[in-house]
Amino acid sequence: MTALSNGHAANNSSLFKIPPIKFTNLFINGHFVHSLSGNEFETIDPRTGEVIAKISEGRKEDIDVAVKAAREAFDNGPWPRMSGAERAKIMMKWADLIEENLEELAALDAIDAGKLYHLVKVVDIPAVANCLRYYAGAADKIHGEVLKGAREFHAYTLMEPIGVVGHIIPWNFPSTMFAAKVSPSLAAGCTVVLKPAEQTPLSALFFAHLAKQAGIPDGVLNVVPGFGPTAGAAISSHMDIDKVSFTGSTEVGRAIMHAAASSNLKPVSLELGGKSPLLIFDDADVDKAADLALLGILFNKGEICVASSRVFVQEGIYDEFEKKLVEKAKAWVVGDPFDPQSQQGPQVDKNQFEKILSYIEIGKQEGATLLTGGKRVGNKGYYIEPTIFSNVKENMRIAQDEIFGPVLALMKFRTIEEGIKSANNSRYGLAAGIVTKNIDTANTVSRAIRAGIIWINCYFAFGNDIPYGGYKQSGFGRDFGMEGLHKYLQVKSVVTPIYNSPWL
Amino acid sequence: MGEKGGKRESSLIALSLSSTTTTTTIPMIPMPYKGVDLFVLDVWNENGNLSGGKGYLGAGFSRYSTATALEEEPIKPAVQVEHTQLLIGGKFVDALSGKTFPTLDPRTGEVIAHVAEGHSEDVDRAVAAARKAFDQGPWPKMTAYERQRILLRAADLLEKHNDELAALETWDNGKPYEQSAQIEIPMLVRLFRYYAGWADKIHGMTVPADGQYHVQTLHEPIGVAGQIIPWNFPLLMFAWKVGPALACGNTIVLKTAEQTPLSALYAAKLFHEAGLPEGVLNVVSGFGPTAGAALASHMDVDKLAFTGSTDTGKVVLELAARSNLKPVTLELGGKSPFIVCEDADVDQAVELAHFALFFNQGQCCCAGSRTYVHERVYDEFVEKAKARALKRIVGDPFKSGIEQGPQIDSEQFEKILKYIRSGVQSGATLETGGDRLGSKGFYVQPTVFSNVEDGMLIAKEEIFGPVQSILKFKDLDEVIERANNTRYGLAAGVFTKNIDTANTLTRALRVGTVWVNCFDTFDAAIPFGGYKMSGQGREKGEYSLKNYLQVKAVVTPLKNPAWL
Repeated sequence: MTALSNGHAANNSSLFKIPPIKFTNLFINGHFVHSLSGNEFETIDPRTGEVIAKISEGRKEDIDVAVKAAREAFDNGPWPRMSGAERAKIMMKWADLIEENLEELAALDAIDAGKLYHLVKVVDIPAVANCLRYYAGAADKIHGEVLKGAREFHAYTLMEPIGVVGHIIPWNFPSTMFAAKVSPSLAAGCTVVLKPAEQTPLSALFFAHLAKQAGIPDGVLNVVPGFGPTAGAAISSHMDIDKVSFTGSTEVGRAIMHAAASSNLKPVSLELGGKSPLLIFDDADVDKAADLALLGILFNKGEICVASSRVFVQEGIYDEFEKKLVEKAKAWVVGDPFDPQSQQGPQVDKNQFEKILSYIEIGKQEGATLLTGGKRVGNKGYYIEPTIFSNVKENMRIAQDEIFGPVLALMKFRTIEEGIKSANNSRYGLAAGIVTKNIDTANTVSRAIRAGIIWINCYFAFGNDIPYGGYKQSGFGRDFGMEGLHKYLQVKSVVTPIYNSPWL
Repeated sequence: MGEKGGKRESSLIALSLSSTTTTTTIPMIPMPYKGVDLFVLDVWNENGNLSGGKGYLGAGFSRYSTATALEEEPIKPAVQVEHTQLLIGGKFVDALSGKTFPTLDPRTGEVIAHVAEGHSEDVDRAVAAARKAFDQGPWPKMTAYERQRILLRAADLLEKHNDELAALETWDNGKPYEQSAQIEIPMLVRLFRYYAGWADKIHGMTVPADGQYHVQTLHEPIGVAGQIIPWNFPLLMFAWKVGPALACGNTIVLKTAEQTPLSALYAAKLFHEAGLPEGVLNVVSGFGPTAGAALASHMDVDKLAFTGSTDTGKVVLELAARSNLKPVTLELGGKSPFIVCEDADVDQAVELAHFALFFNQGQCCCAGSRTYVHERVYDEFVEKAKARALKRIVGDPFKSGIEQGPQIDSEQFEKILKYIRSGVQSGATLETGGDRLGSKGFYVQPTVFSNVEDGMLIAKEEIFGPVQSILKFKDLDEVIERANNTRYGLAAGVFTKNIDTANTLTRALRVGTVWVNCFDTFDAAIPFGGYKMSGQGREKGEYSLKNYLQVKAVVTPLKNPAWL
């Protein structure tokens, strides 16, 4: 059955043979183990709502065991005591193994998260290997500095691994987020306890298996699937975790920071929600701009924290743009993520699915005009039509809240100043896009928008070397780049007097 | 035989500090290669006594025994010489003139192979290939990630061919095979992996100007790099030059030393197997006055890097100035002080000072060739340094357990013997050594002079051979002044347990590297280069990237910026 435009190619598992699920237990201290309670939870296929596998459910007591292993691996193990070059070799090997298992890993994310298999295969999983290689290459390039003392002092900084790091990652990019968190912390010499999202535990466990094969010592990487209020809370409030890094919703980020503050004051980095603006100016190529806007909201079903969910179009091209955007949205193909023709799979789970549909209702009630979409696709699984609202006011909830689905709010602006002001009218500040040919416009808007990444005439241009993170309630700290490494390092200043120095 | 043939160490650091231990204690003495002391002990055990057998332990007072093994047939290297042509534009080609030159086995002076001899017209061809590969790509136009992957694949291939590369290196150069196989080739691999990691981390800056301007710096590859490397560490010098140049996206014309052309040709071929596009790395074997001069004065070469003697470095700099003003990096000679303070553990200091001078047959630009010893420990030091030199195992470098092979060629061999005669004539005390060893090849006895004065030729000039000069000093200020009283400034060794002494000496010595309680500790990440007439610029580490990058400032006005 072929995928239909805005229609749903019914679940057809013959499109791809789903590999048997090999790893469903907690990975602690180099071994797959049952949770202490023996509890399990189900991970669901979002195409059908059916169970893929039962997964060991880690809770506080399992986190305790994992932290103990990570602590021991950090305090007494070889990992932080190896040279960066030696750590790099093991990480490079791990990257090679991930490439060797590309198809199986891609299938795991596709089936677990409803992501497009053909995209995961060429984007997400290779990106994990690339990210590991990037940080492997950084492991022997962590430089402190020799400083100018105020008097006759010799002073320098040591960049030391921070210790045991707790990572809590989301379900929308299970592999990419795993790599973004684990690679720099391992390169720095830290040890890790990672909780994948309960919706998508499969690929993280497979990565852990490959890590062991590559030679990552036991205890250095621990993966504990489970739920936020139990396992996640245990990580963020643990007295023996030295740093916690979280990617997810703003609401949960707040809880994590609170738990860190009331436990051992561990430093926290947060990558949270967004309501990212895309500003399209009169001098833009309308057709290309419409493609970019559509991709910006529909990529990964809108389940991406940097989605361009607010599109501001300058009045001179607004009407033409709106027409093209709607045409293109109608041609967008929603279908089984294993069908290579599909451009959009199902939302990750029932909760998200219902939340998105309720926001669509809110949009209508608030008086926005529904230009296209607005309904589920088919009658099985969690597929939703690409949805576009016009006549959106800045204070409407669909223009303020993160919907995390294929729902775009289209707005009009007149001047650069007005565009900037509207774009910044958000509690979020994760990303922004600018479409213009004018260098002055591009530069002015780039500096004025309070967001962590600005894409000029492009969108979703991520790179291992490009730091990424939020302003305002989109969080703090950066993933990727050397910035992404520094948050896993402590800075120690060492000072000693010197005598008869010929220079100071 | 203990650790012999065991795990290959990836760096000299790993030799000085055990890589597996969790309690790294310093100072420890780096060995020329793992388990060198074991080798000595094993020879003792095998022979039962000092003078027996065919060891080179010195038969009593008649130093270095009879060197009988040197009269034996040299061991046949386990490698074929496959590549003797020039490598231009991705292909092995003859020189346009059809000329070749012989490369010699320093153990015997006999011909290993006849190698195509590049001249000016061959350099022109190579530069044209490099120019095209730079201007048209794909190399500089690839993503840094792709360049990184090619360098990583090349490193894997070099690692795979460790033993062949090591055998070629030893055959052509005369250095101990175990040193080649267990230290130098693993270090070569390490260097390329290190630079692979830099490829995607070459960052320009955004710059805060005083005014409404948006300013960025772009770090661009400089273009076609000309590189001229010496014969003492042919492959390591290859890596120091080629690694950063390739990581930054440049193309290269490399001239190897005429004494040691073989290993670079083999390595460069592996780079092409790894996917390096043709024309990116061109290797021209040949001589300095012809091929080297053509490269240094070429109008289409954008950058020149040279490692070798100070005299040649001057010529290279002049040629660059007279032609197209290409920027030049120079790593030149040295007369590096090794300072043993009064609080030193004499046994350790002796071993380290011995290593600092004799490593690689004394053919290191950073050799610790002026051993300054505090007067309180001087006598004991001299006696023990002599004893250590007497124990040094010299012989066919392919033989297991050998510490020292032959010097590179007859010219160096004669030069060293001339310096030894000069030392004797100037009144220094010849404690041990002083002559050739055996009757064929270029073996020189490990030689120790004591009572050396600063004004003697052997204390002023670079000998580049196994000749240790021991000088006496009284206090710190004095030794600082004397150590700095040289036209060179490459490296220094400081041996003390006192942190204040270490810090004072470290800052006062005008040299590019100070090794405190270690020596010859090289790693890809540690920059290396000279003060004064030891050269300019730094190789290795992040600093080396600067040699192969242009900085372009990009400035544009800002309209109504939200902040400045």
